[in-house]
Amino acid sequence: MMGVPILATAPADMSFLPALTARRRVRALTVLVAAALIGVVLCLQYGVERIPLPELARILLAPGAATDSAAGVSPAVIVWEVRLPRLLLAFLVGASLAAVGVALQALLRNPLADPYILGISSGAALGAALALQFGLAWAIGGFTAVQLCAFIFAAATIGVIYRIAVADGRIPVQTLLLAGVIINAILSALILFITSLSDSTSAFRLFFWLMGSLATLGYDGLGALAAIVLVGIGVLCAQGRNLNLLSLGDDPAQGLGLDVERVKRVIFITTALLTGAAVAVSGLIGFVGMIVPHAVRMVLGPDHRLLLPASALVGGTFLAVADTVARSLLAPAELPVGVITALCGGPFFIYLLMSHRKEAIG
Amino acid sequence: MDACYQLRDVGFRYAQPWVLEGCSLDVSEGEILGVVGANGSGKTSLLKLMAGLLRPQKGRVCLHGSDVATLPPLEMARLVALVPQESQVLFPFTVGELVLMGRFVHQRGWGWESGDDLRIARHAMRIMEVDHLATRTFQALSGGERHRTVIARALAQHTPILLLDEPTAFLDLKHQIDIYGVLKELNRERHVTVVVVSHDLNLASQYCDRLLLLHEGRPYRTGPPKDVLTVEHLRVTYGCEVLIDAHPATGTPRITLPRAEARPHLISQ
Repeated sequence: MMGVPILATAPADMSFLPALTARRRVRALTVLVAAALIGVVLCLQYGVERIPLPELARILLAPGAATDSAAGVSPAVIVWEVRLPRLLLAFLVGASLAAVGVALQALLRNPLADPYILGISSGAALGAALALQFGLAWAIGGFTAVQLCAFIFAAATIGVIYRIAVADGRIPVQTLLLAGVIINAILSALILFITSLSDSTSAFRLFFWLMGSLATLGYDGLGALAAIVLVGIGVLCAQGRNLNLLSLGDDPAQGLGLDVERVKRVIFITTALLTGAAVAVSGLIGFVGMIVPHAVRMVLGPDHRLLLPASALVGGTFLAVADTVARSLLAPAELPVGVITALCGGPFFIYLLMSHRKEAIG
Repeated sequence: MDACYQLRDVGFRYAQPWVLEGCSLDVSEGEILGVVGANGSGKTSLLKLMAGLLRPQKGRVCLHGSDVATLPPLEMARLVALVPQESQVLFPFTVGELVLMGRFVHQRGWGWESGDDLRIARHAMRIMEVDHLATRTFQALSGGERHRTVIARALAQHTPILLLDEPTAFLDLKHQIDIYGVLKELNRERHVTVVVVSHDLNLASQYCDRLLLLHEGRPYRTGPPKDVLTVEHLRVTYGCEVLIDAHPATGTPRITLPRAEARPHLISQ
């Protein structure tokens, strides 16, 4: 140590930190954007009927031809009106869940955190349960009553949790986590209560809603959802550097210059709103929000400036592909997409875990 | 020399008993102050109060005339770097990434590292001899390597004031001496003010300009090591009888522990 003069300077080459080079970041994000585009286009082929690639290309390159269908439903209508909106919805939901998972794992300093851990999703589920129970059938701006009720209840839940967890401007992470767990328990009890009162039809509909589905959202709703999701993920991406520090703990982060409480508020509210929006339109799709952040972190490292956008891209692509598999595997019957996300994602995660274990041993 | 820190009648408690009480202290710019005292005498709390991580219930902690409680974290972190006793890193950040986080206060916007950030971080890693570990994850390091990484991060922060809590814990002999060598050098070349909490009275005696001896949350004695480290003071504050002579090379007080007496009937009641 004493051999190194305090005032000397070292050369600024980045070779000592290969993980941080700009080229590597750009390359990783380019690959993921390309994979997302290719994935979505390939998925458009599949469904009840397969549309071969050349025909798909013709349809995509000439959008005007969508209306001149003669007898039955033309492939163009299937692509533009059925498959593409559903794929876009899957992508937006998957991207939101993965980005929220990354941010919450850093905020709560808990690698087991997922978007549903703070009880926002249970709030949304209660809203949906009430709307289904009372048979609300209206729709506004492309969203159904069930979706809107779910979002409103999610927003109310955010307010309640914030009220419980915040004490004189500070959010103690453990309190936030406990508040989430307890709110989750109370809301789940209420949902069970409502279900026990309802007839079998609406109970069955609620059961399917809770399993998660990407079936119902037109272009009107998609536009509004895309706006929320893009702003939300944008805000989280801009917090990348702050999340790096926050994941070290409150005291170290503040010692390094982070306004810890302000950042925690921003992260909590943004992730909560994104979760509320995603759950309102798709129900509870498991696995994406916890496993995608882990898998991406194992490959690209824990730097949130790269991890966050990369996880959003991977999460979106993953859910789009999983949903395509879910609706084509037993077509015309449809599997719950959560089954596919767990069955594909789980083994892949085990593979990553085992290959990393081998690396660690030598 | 100007006062850099001024503590006036500071009191702090977590729950009921006061951890610190009636604590007044001036730290001059450019000095090396050692904080010593028995377990639970309030050393770490004092350091955290100075770093602005704790707020006193009584009195004021002032830095260059302004109350630490009113300074925003960003401004605070430009002036003061803190090396905590223990650090945990949950995610697999590498040594290089962690040291670069010390540059947080000097970055703007989306915050990709500039050439300056890389140069300074790398230099800090060289000083602490962790540059060869740059791509290793924090979890894969030994206790001493982790500690040196955290000190390197504090050096990369480039602050005029350094606060260290037990910087030599976990370190082997050579690295213990090296750490104090680095502190001395920073103090001489960059006029960095250093406040260091230490259990090692001999190292504190050898390297600090001044010592603060805490006893039950109150300053007991403040002054040059030879005035503070006396047999009487240590008997009162630590509750044991030590031997003190002069260090053969530096002449500073050298503390030797007494022979450990067996304590009959203590264990087999």
